[in-house]
Amino acid sequence: MSSMMEWIDERFPLTKVWNEHLAQYYAPKNFNSWYFFGSLALLVLVNQIGTGVWLAMAYKPDATLAFGSVEYIMRDMDYGWLLRYMHSTGASAFFIVVYLHMFRGLMYGSYRKPRELLWIIGVIIYLAMMATAFFGYLLPWGQMSYWGAQVIVNLFSAVPVVGDDLSVWIRGDYVISDATLNRFFALHFLLPFILAALVFIHIVALHKVGSNNPDGIEIKKGPKGNKWSPDAPADGIPFHPYYTVKDIFGVGVFLILFCAVIFFLPDMGGLFLEPPNFEPANPLKTPEHIAPVWYFTPFYAMLRAVPPMFNSQFPGVLVMFAAILIMFFLPWLDRSPVKSIRYKGPLFKIALGIFAVTFVVLAYLGLQPATPAKTLLAQIFTALYFAFFLLMPLYSKIDKTKPVPERVTQ
Amino acid sequence: MSEEGVDLKKRRFLTATTAVVGAVGVGFAAVPFIANWNPSERAKAAGAPEEADISALEPGALLRVKWRGKVCWVVHRTEQMLKDLPTLDPELADPASEVPQQPEYCKNPVRSIKPEYFVAVGICTHLGCSPTYRPDVAPADLGSEWKGGFFCPCHGSRFDLAGRVYSGVPAPTNLVIPPHKYLSDTRIVIGVDSEGGAA
Repeated sequence: MSSMMEWIDERFPLTKVWNEHLAQYYAPKNFNSWYFFGSLALLVLVNQIGTGVWLAMAYKPDATLAFGSVEYIMRDMDYGWLLRYMHSTGASAFFIVVYLHMFRGLMYGSYRKPRELLWIIGVIIYLAMMATAFFGYLLPWGQMSYWGAQVIVNLFSAVPVVGDDLSVWIRGDYVISDATLNRFFALHFLLPFILAALVFIHIVALHKVGSNNPDGIEIKKGPKGNKWSPDAPADGIPFHPYYTVKDIFGVGVFLILFCAVIFFLPDMGGLFLEPPNFEPANPLKTPEHIAPVWYFTPFYAMLRAVPPMFNSQFPGVLVMFAAILIMFFLPWLDRSPVKSIRYKGPLFKIALGIFAVTFVVLAYLGLQPATPAKTLLAQIFTALYFAFFLLMPLYSKIDKTKPVPERVTQ
Repeated sequence: MSEEGVDLKKRRFLTATTAVVGAVGVGFAAVPFIANWNPSERAKAAGAPEEADISALEPGALLRVKWRGKVCWVVHRTEQMLKDLPTLDPELADPASEVPQQPEYCKNPVRSIKPEYFVAVGICTHLGCSPTYRPDVAPADLGSEWKGGFFCPCHGSRFDLAGRVYSGVPAPTNLVIPPHKYLSDTRIVIGVDSEGGAA
């Protein structure tokens, strides 16, 4: 066995990679349950690619066949229903896990120096996920697939001057059609591989700077020497076996919940699979109420909250994209002397609490039909969403922080 | 490698020109990939003008014509409907059709060539849903002030029977009037007009 490893190591740095990234990668010893979501996101990505490739073996990206081929997978193929529900539930699970992963970053200041690039790569991953999910949602060619895509592609026609040509170019037709479906299928197949590459880059960046932790302490700057190595950070433990075992426990809990949804509530009461999508796409009939899938609705609510200006939808579109782009600037907006919420003052805690509530309320409002009262609410919460970011340089600076200990705590 | 005797100026020049020529090449190579996303000849042909026979269209009725995959409406407006139109002006965002959502020959109070026939693209100017035709006067759900028009079920935008948008609704502009012309008293063609222009 060892001569076999030697043979490989002379040709490929297998032992070196194993040690650098697992067996001798020292992560802070004080990770809590919030640290499950990174590895869970990776698990869901693998699930999406695996089930997705299998679904693609029977799916027909053709406007006349697509809806029927999905029903064929569901009804006539062995375990087709399972693969499809694993994929559709996996899409929602991906966003749940990633939203929690991002919230963890907000709580413990994981976007702060020296992890700015790590955070930015993460936001790019989030954008790629949204694009993938959007392309994928057209594929079942149901009513909500069709009209949801119609609404989103029409956002581009709001761009001044070139808007109409741009939306025709994206669709490849004057309406959402077979050409659009076929190219969205190709893009939906392509993007997960780009996503996997971005995740690789994300992990490379993580292992360069090392993981943050709930105390927001740089263990690399602390004392050296633990029971495995005299040079390793005293507060670090090897990722393998300690965190691989911990993450496997997280995977167990996650899979129980995930399977419960797949087996008992695959449409999540209309949240994961919307009722109009069980009807084939019909370009001549608009569903009563169009709402994107839940993970897009916070941004959809912001889009609808902005009234048209100068006879154009464009300001609303700008606000919606700004809501995502502003995340890129987060590392430079936080001026607090400490990273973790444990040592931050009441102002940041209140701001983060309001922000979390704001995100959930906007998600709810985006699912509901617009009424004047709900539009007003959406406007207020859109303002709160941006206030969290734009006022951060102020409140994070004047906030009363607590002293950060030398070593990580339990 | 020794740098001795190397003409650095020449090297920089060659590096720069190679990079520029390479970038231009990449630009040209990108053209087919980008242009490939334009509508195909088949899609363009399917977007050709569409003829419709309106001889059987009763007063008050609506005919749906599919042009470029979009719904177009032809509404045969009654005398009463035409009489009600000017009374709505104060409630509308753009009663005089100032925003160019129609060909010049339809920039008039009734937004049509012949007052009794109203032609419009049946797609809400908000986010592209198809509004429902509600010719009924003062229905329970739309209020006693409703004189007939179009109601978008997606986000509640309202339009009158000339496709003019009410103020205070999500849709920013009046409904689009497609280029169209009459071939005879009973035949209409959508997608091309007498000036030969097509949208």
